[in-house]
Amino acid sequence: MGADNTSAERRRTLVTGVIGSDTHIVGNRILGMALEKAGYTVVALGALTPSDEFIKAAVETAADAIMVSSLYGQGELDCRDFRNLCIEAGLEDILLYVGGNLVVGKQPWAEVEQRYRDMGFDRAFPPGTRTDAVIAALEDDFRAPAAGGHKAGR
Amino acid sequence: MSAAALLIDLGSTYTKVRAVDLENPRILGAGQGPSTVTTDVTVGLAKALADLERGMGGRREFTYRLASSSAAGGLRMVTVGLVRELTAAAARQAALGAGARLVGTFAYKLTAADVARIADLAPDIVLLAGGTDGGNEDVIVHNAARLAACSVTCPVVVAGNRQAADEAASRLDAGGSPVTVTENVMPEFGVLDIEPTRAAIRQIFIDRIVHAKGIDRAAEMLDRVLMPTPAAVLDGARLLADGCGGRPGLGSLLVVDVGGATTDVHSVAKGGPTRTEVVYRGLPEPYLKRTVEGDLGMRHNARSIVQAAGREALADDAGLAPERIEALARLASEDVGRLPRSAEERAFDKALARAAVGLAVKRHAGTLETVHTATGPVTVQYGKDLSAVETILGTGGALVHGAQPAAILETALADDADPLSLRPRTPRMLLDRDYILFACGLLGEVEPDAALTLGLAHMHPVAYGTENGCNPAA
Repeated sequence: MGADNTSAERRRTLVTGVIGSDTHIVGNRILGMALEKAGYTVVALGALTPSDEFIKAAVETAADAIMVSSLYGQGELDCRDFRNLCIEAGLEDILLYVGGNLVVGKQPWAEVEQRYRDMGFDRAFPPGTRTDAVIAALEDDFRAPAAGGHKAGR
Repeated sequence: MSAAALLIDLGSTYTKVRAVDLENPRILGAGQGPSTVTTDVTVGLAKALADLERGMGGRREFTYRLASSSAAGGLRMVTVGLVRELTAAAARQAALGAGARLVGTFAYKLTAADVARIADLAPDIVLLAGGTDGGNEDVIVHNAARLAACSVTCPVVVAGNRQAADEAASRLDAGGSPVTVTENVMPEFGVLDIEPTRAAIRQIFIDRIVHAKGIDRAAEMLDRVLMPTPAAVLDGARLLADGCGGRPGLGSLLVVDVGGATTDVHSVAKGGPTRTEVVYRGLPEPYLKRTVEGDLGMRHNARSIVQAAGREALADDAGLAPERIEALARLASEDVGRLPRSAEERAFDKALARAAVGLAVKRHAGTLETVHTATGPVTVQYGKDLSAVETILGTGGALVHGAQPAAILETALADDADPLSLRPRTPRMLLDRDYILFACGLLGEVEPDAALTLGLAHMHPVAYGTENGCNPAA
């Protein structure tokens, strides 16, 4: 997006929020605070955020990544077309993370993760992920931007 | 003889003047003449002043002679932003707050067709926004380059991403447009900062538009043309609501201005959720918010009021046959200076004004929506909650000259049949019978204390339900 993303001065911008009809905001807030402390600019959309609002916010702020939280088990429905919506909005290469209770019931994590990667998310995180792990993943992905798996998913 | 001020509204139909005593702030006299801005503004103003002098029994000196103008099409503006619901919406709010008439609003990258459309619209000012600070840079620069490459050479206000503003300005400058760079209308996601843009627009209005529209021909008859009339009304509303210098005003206020072409609504209120369990969503709305309903005008847009409200509903409210409604609407829109001549026309005008006020306030006010979540229902608020607004003030010919202002104003109130619309519940109702609100806004620039006293003294209380307002069928 932005003409100037290569500038070393520019702080990376991350859009965060809880997708769909989901009011569970606490984990998302904790993550947001940790990300800010790690030096990122966080655009926090909060609870009950429709998918198009993530994308509109990312366009306006030229965000480097969108981090979607889903805690109520309906994430599969809410996130299904997320990458496609990004592509429509000109954000083909934006980094997409998703995390939380991503499915209903107990299912093997490897399968869940693969499902979300197939939807175009670069990374999916299971419940109980530490904020340090997310920040480490961001650092890796920003260092090697081609690492995203979403291209394989399409 | 005590000091006095002359306040002038150079309108699109009439030139109106008000003389005000400054020591004991009250109206000394009023005058009216035709609007002659399109030919020679001084002719209509001279007639209005002669009318004023007749009423006051002679000429007198004025300490201030201040004017506002909505003539010659008003302040015609085009706004451009990036995302329609974000910076493009913030740009629209800023332009409306500056008293502009929005003739075009654009979002995302301007296409060749968009730019051709803007050139056709021939706006007085273009407001170019886009990107939060540190956010998207290429769209505002692209749009600046597009505008620079076309025949648009009107002044442009750049109020977008500060990292890209200089680049956008230099593109526009190369294209021959005078450029003003000001603060971003949305410096951070979800944060509105529209005051600097309002100020920039007003300055361009004073420096350039007044001359471009030929209003400065009246330079000898007045001291300054300060702002577009809708901005004077909005400033007057703010002064009346907030008070000044420690003197309280009326508190939160909603102003409804029913005109021949549009219905304007101004709110001076925070409008956040009034209940703790309600979640606010969407762009925050400004404390000082103005909306203009271009399809709700008593004459030019009488037919579109009928369309918006529904023919049957209007007929029902007026106590007339549905077939008559269309004929009367046609009559009103073809003869825009028409005053009602029969009981039927008066009933029609009243129903038309009731519909315009009801629809305009409903569109201005926020709404609630219930979202069903896994943990139960959650109430979400969009827009301003005006349910606790303390005062509604009506202005404009249909309200002031109509026989039943209470019956018209009451359609602005909350309705139990429409509980999700956040309109005022139990405000006091006032009427700007002397058309003095714009004058308060103008005078507030130089003597805010006198302007506040003037406004408070001249707003007339309107009692609920005294004029069969509650029952449209009565």
